[in-house]
Amino acid sequence: MLRIHLASLKPGQIATIVALQAEECLQQRLQALGFRAGRQVEMIRRAWFSGPLHVRVGTTEVMLRRSEAKEIHVTHLNEGE
Amino acid sequence: MKQVAVLGMPNTGKSTFFNRITGANASIGNWPGITVDLMMAKVKLGEEPAEIVDLPGIYDLRGFSEDEAVVRDFLEKTPLDLVLIVLNTAQIDRQVSLALQVKHLGVPAVLLLNMADEAPKFGVEVEPEKMAAHLGMPVMAISAKYGHGYDTAYRAIADSLSHQDDAVCVGKIEEHLVSDRKLAEEMGHLLQDAVHVPPQVKENWTTRLDKVLLHPVFGLPIFFATMFLMFQAVYALGTPLQELLGTGFDWLQKNALEPGLAGLPELFRGFLIDGLYTGLTTVAAFIPVIILFFFCMAIVEDSGYLSRSAFLMDALMQRLGLDGRSFVMSLMGFGCNVPAIMGTRVMRSPGLRMLSMLVIPFSLCSARLNVFIFMTTALFAANIAPIVLFSLYILSFVAAILTAFLFKGQYPNQEPFVLELPPYRFPTFKQILLRSWCEVRHFWRWSYRFIIFGVVAIWALNNLPPGVPPASSQTLSGMLGQFTQPILAPIGINSQLAVALLFGFVAKEIVLGGLAVIYGQSDDSQLMGAIAQQIDWVQAYSFMLFTLLYIPCLSTVAVLKSESKSAKFAWISVAWSVGLAWVSSFIFYQGARLLGF
Repeated sequence: MLRIHLASLKPGQIATIVALQAEECLQQRLQALGFRAGRQVEMIRRAWFSGPLHVRVGTTEVMLRRSEAKEIHVTHLNEGE
Repeated sequence: MKQVAVLGMPNTGKSTFFNRITGANASIGNWPGITVDLMMAKVKLGEEPAEIVDLPGIYDLRGFSEDEAVVRDFLEKTPLDLVLIVLNTAQIDRQVSLALQVKHLGVPAVLLLNMADEAPKFGVEVEPEKMAAHLGMPVMAISAKYGHGYDTAYRAIADSLSHQDDAVCVGKIEEHLVSDRKLAEEMGHLLQDAVHVPPQVKENWTTRLDKVLLHPVFGLPIFFATMFLMFQAVYALGTPLQELLGTGFDWLQKNALEPGLAGLPELFRGFLIDGLYTGLTTVAAFIPVIILFFFCMAIVEDSGYLSRSAFLMDALMQRLGLDGRSFVMSLMGFGCNVPAIMGTRVMRSPGLRMLSMLVIPFSLCSARLNVFIFMTTALFAANIAPIVLFSLYILSFVAAILTAFLFKGQYPNQEPFVLELPPYRFPTFKQILLRSWCEVRHFWRWSYRFIIFGVVAIWALNNLPPGVPPASSQTLSGMLGQFTQPILAPIGINSQLAVALLFGFVAKEIVLGGLAVIYGQSDDSQLMGAIAQQIDWVQAYSFMLFTLLYIPCLSTVAVLKSESKSAKFAWISVAWSVGLAWVSSFIFYQGARLLGF
């Protein structure tokens, strides 16, 4: 299995979270928003000019920056839609 | 009296529930050892008199944010009879962690699964009885917004409360909580047993709307067009209402006040009518505009569009050393700067907070809007006035961007930025009305003392020493105005306007009331005429530019100081904004004159 991070997904792609490698404070916030190992996450859109990412985990939609998304490791799963 | 606390995650409709259970009769309460204001209300729950507190929305009892620390502090220091947990049913797959944490605290609790009406749209199904068995507390599905299930939940709450004889002290929270791994395990068991969440969300109207509103090319233009239309609507609907109210106040003065006070000595009568009444009613006439403004802001915020603006603006904000939340707070600042500055508490990095606090005072707040609507109506043609007003909004953004750009090196920021984007929702009319009413009440309570103080002081300066013609150059205000002329004449501000500006340091609400007193005209249209005769549009625009940029009010400075815990920071903010105001007005005024206007 290829290990990649959330920031590398294209819009419409779905992946499974493998691990979070953020510092404690961010880690906790991400967990509270539903980012936990084993859960699926979908990339919805990427803003232009290296702006934020719009992702969905469970029924929750979240925006986060690329630098934060790089700390969420995922396995590539399948193309959505 | 029993103690009840309302606890929940952000964006779960916790405040809507709190308003419903308290009948929207909350006030700000003081709690020993808690430094922030918490809303509380005394109500009867069933047979029991109870005091209900609305705690800030939090994600995790272990969390690192200031709000999370406040909640921890409160729970550790206050004996409680009941905790009401409010969670969003559609997002129960992640939010149930908070309910599990409360379970471990061992404090009596009732879990309210709010937004139960929304869950089926996401295909989320919950079995409350099974959840209740896992959590060891009653679990009730409700919709705080529409009231479904509320009566049953209310009975369950009253019932739990009546069975609770003694308040429970939680003690040290950390000692109760279990590890993340254990919590995840418990969550897994509970969700498997009692909750069905579909593996994939089907397309709904939030995803469809986002395709347009968050479009890479059209997203921002749509956002700014929406804002422009909103301000146009406030202006178009608000000004006729304001004129109507002004005429009413005038009628009251001519037919009731003046005959009624005819027997009083000249100076005292002048003080009551030309000072107090004139000043207060000139400002009060703007209440409809303020209500409309907050009405629109509440729609933008409660519909979920405001958090989308954070997404749209973050790429720019990041380059300015800020983030999407700073932009949202700045937009909130268009209502009032004070709560917006307090709202920066959600940021943990001191650099980010300081920079945001430096930027927020440039947001054109509703008190400044009063002055601008008045001046634009007085000095510009009806078809140009809204454009002039909009240009001030644009300049307010420009000043904020310039400030962030110049100061970002001083306040470096490494804070991660993660924000929830809630689904779009239709706010109910009642909800919007309630919110705008609360904001206006807050605005009025906050400002009427300043207004009274300001107009009385201005009236005194205008009429003292006794015996000189009112508002002439021999009065105190005339002398004060003359004294400031070397600084203010180069930007086109005459001595009368200068006095109003000086008092504007206290609060912008005074500027307008002050002008009414200075020119001795209570009727809005007559006051406009008097001002229009004395100054031209270049001076008026320079005056508005200065009013826009120099410090919003003493309250803002006080909050800047208390939130940054640094007097130096407050002084930097004051010096920078006054300096920027003067330089901008100077460039505009002299430039316009050079061009022959």
